[in-house]
Amino acid sequence: MSLDFKFAPDDFGGFFRDETFRDTFTYRNSDPRRFPFPFDRDDYMYSVNMEPHVPGRKGTAFEHMLDVDEHYIAEMIDRAKVLAEDPLRCQSLPHMTLAGWDTLELIMEAKARDYPQWFSLTKDGNRWHWVNRPLGIEQSFTFLDESTLPYPPFEYIMRQTQGDWTLQDERDGTLWMDAGIATSQADWSVDFDVGMNFHEWHAPVPLAHEKGVFDRALKFLLKLQHGAPVRRFNWTMTVNPLLDTAPETYPKWGPSKTTITQENMGKKQHLRVELQSLYRLPRSNAIAFDIRCYLCSFEQIVTVPKWARRLHRVIRDLPVELATYKGFIRNRDAMVEWLSQYDDGAPTSPGWFPDD
Amino acid sequence: MSGGAKLQVRVAEVVEVNDLVKRFRFVSRDGSLLPAFSGGAHTVVEMDDHGVRRLNPYSLMSDAEDRSGYEISVRRDDQGRGGSLYMHRHVVPGMEMTLSYPVNLFPLDNRARKHLMIAGGIGITPFLAQIAQLTHFGGRFELHYAARSKALGAYMDRLTSAHPDRVHCYFDDQKQVIDLEKVLENQPIGTHLYVCGPKGMINWVLSTAEAMGWPKQALHHEEFLAPGTGLPFTVELAASGKTITVGPTQSLLEAMEAAGVEAPYLCRGGACGQCETVVRKCDGTILHRDHWLTPEEQAANTKIMPCVSRFEGKTLVIDR
Amino acid sequence: MKVDLTPVNAPSIRSRPVYATLEPRPGKLHVIVADDEGAAAVVEMVGKANDRSGMLAASHVMYCPGPTGTDLSAQLEVLGAAQFFRAPTIPALLPRLVRVLADAHMGTQFYLAGTEGLIGQAEREIMATGFPHASIQKEQRGSTLRRVQCVHCKGITENVATDPFKCSHCGLNLFVRDHYSRRIAAFMGVCIDAEDPGQVPESVVRFR
Repeated sequence: MSLDFKFAPDDFGGFFRDETFRDTFTYRNSDPRRFPFPFDRDDYMYSVNMEPHVPGRKGTAFEHMLDVDEHYIAEMIDRAKVLAEDPLRCQSLPHMTLAGWDTLELIMEAKARDYPQWFSLTKDGNRWHWVNRPLGIEQSFTFLDESTLPYPPFEYIMRQTQGDWTLQDERDGTLWMDAGIATSQADWSVDFDVGMNFHEWHAPVPLAHEKGVFDRALKFLLKLQHGAPVRRFNWTMTVNPLLDTAPETYPKWGPSKTTITQENMGKKQHLRVELQSLYRLPRSNAIAFDIRCYLCSFEQIVTVPKWARRLHRVIRDLPVELATYKGFIRNRDAMVEWLSQYDDGAPTSPGWFPDD
Repeated sequence: MSGGAKLQVRVAEVVEVNDLVKRFRFVSRDGSLLPAFSGGAHTVVEMDDHGVRRLNPYSLMSDAEDRSGYEISVRRDDQGRGGSLYMHRHVVPGMEMTLSYPVNLFPLDNRARKHLMIAGGIGITPFLAQIAQLTHFGGRFELHYAARSKALGAYMDRLTSAHPDRVHCYFDDQKQVIDLEKVLENQPIGTHLYVCGPKGMINWVLSTAEAMGWPKQALHHEEFLAPGTGLPFTVELAASGKTITVGPTQSLLEAMEAAGVEAPYLCRGGACGQCETVVRKCDGTILHRDHWLTPEEQAANTKIMPCVSRFEGKTLVIDR
Repeated sequence: MKVDLTPVNAPSIRSRPVYATLEPRPGKLHVIVADDEGAAAVVEMVGKANDRSGMLAASHVMYCPGPTGTDLSAQLEVLGAAQFFRAPTIPALLPRLVRVLADAHMGTQFYLAGTEGLIGQAEREIMATGFPHASIQKEQRGSTLRRVQCVHCKGITENVATDPFKCSHCGLNLFVRDHYSRRIAAFMGVCIDAEDPGQVPESVVRFR
């Protein structure tokens, strides 16, 4: 697959945006109300907060199992660029090939079912034919035969799927992150963390271990069953709509945190939401973990009055350890100052969605 | 997550394998493909035994890539609570039944350089699916399979003809015994051992291997406990405000379900830990029969596994 | 330079390896790999064996001096193991371990003792066979100098004493995290002045 996607913005009714997540940063949301705002109340603390991953409201990021949105093509171009610069961002230990096939099947079946206008999958036994119209890909291959695809199964499907994914092998009463891809991650290294168990790769997270959050989460996940996926949110902050905030390239993007002013806050500062969903895979008994990243600028968030009030209160009251871990402690006071203009102190309604 | 998602199936075929074992094939009622699964997985079969709801776990033994149907083998237990007798006497082709999605509590460790399998009797079933899966992906294995007699050695012919150099059979009635120390002596580093069969065999294999320096993390076993029978007892369910009586051939989990109290489960055999329940008050003796709680936890009498454990005494109050 | 040593057993995060005391276990072969003051841990462990001579007759001991020059090879040589090998350095020791693993059988016990660099690199070779890492015994002794991977250039700097330190490959100023990768056998080093280039805090001696 080359970087040279045959992408014409007018194709597909102009649905897919021609935009960038680097250099010119032309990314934006056509409709900010589609953004999965992660706070259902005015304060935030770590919790397991898992819920069944079932199709949700029409017109939201929850409508389908896998959300293919207007950023799809641009994100896939960005991913291809990251992998060309650093192939270590996609890792799969040798025993995870079968889990890679499971993942490919899960994603192809979901996309072909929910977006038949863009994707199709036809099967004749193990001879499969896959069409991905937005990326201009047509591929005949034999399921479970690696020699029939241009990449190993996990990398092949990841180059066509939004979100960072990890695959967890279950052994010795815990989960081992033995495969993963990260090109839109919030500052963790797949190359360094691959091969770690559940508690090890979450080790750097403050406060949550002491509260037993990871013990409960692991216990819950070990019981995860095929056919009954679950989801939860995570979030952080990013300056500029930069998808790839990897530790590897931190010296490149780190200085952008010093550029925030009250004047450019609305445009530059983005709330970064991870919609995380987890699937038990059938053949490998592994668990696939999709960490789907959504970005929304502060100026777009405050167009929803409820979200504006709530984001101000959450950021203002967040424990200092969490603001430090999430990497925005240096700009926290400035964010609170900017957001306070949009908080009149009125009560907010429970739940995520806008009031109107 | 009480058992999770369900599969609506029809019995396609019932085959008498030998005097004790019958094989059942299930296909989905709407003709769709069943989910693939991993070797070693089981399904929980729901039975309506003349008004008594029974849910028994059975290992899936068919090839996981054959998604047109699932197969299980059931050994008749004339002294059991009745689940296997129901399967043998009343389940016939055409019947509609409900299965749980496959759950794997006995998976292969895919990092292993080699898989060494030891089966006793009906304990062969998870290995049949695992061998099918290894055959697709080229994994290296060796199987030692002991049965009471040639006639009761289910699927031995099929295994030995497909894998003549990898499958070794032993018959109790011919006084043949697995020479375990010899089998364990020269396995390459990175081998994982799996054993499924009667409790005595599992203990023998695990203790022999440990004494020979095999690490615990390379030893895997599966033993489903039948819930067993016992004296009836009364339990107060604190969260739902009900008091129930558990019958002599019923488990506490089944009695809760019969009273309309949903409780989580996966294996229904004391192994997976899903149904672990807090004991609020215990004036008497909990008869712990699970593999899940530690001996210390069992002695403390502050937790119970309702799928297999029972109670004798005056008062038991649990958090359901 | 300021000194504020970090003990190996200091409270830390969950990815930081923890070490125990070596105990003799039953086995057909005892593969014993040590460096630095790890030799003393091996001597103590062998002393606890019920059948000391039987254990030594089935032992293969590999040793190299520590990063600060400590050489206790004589203590191990006099044990009289079936095979004893003294390598000058860890890289010179590892090929022999790999060769032994190639035809080792289950029932082999692994004992690693000494610096975290030696323990981690030997463990990685053993894990590559499919042997469960949790079953490998590990005891830290002697130097606490760290093996650190620069997360930016991926180069590994051996024997890191100070925090922050300069990456020996790309030259960035790295602070040393307790986050540890068993696969890489190294701690993570992350650029300390990425957001404010040039503002590097004074180095402190944390490991030696």
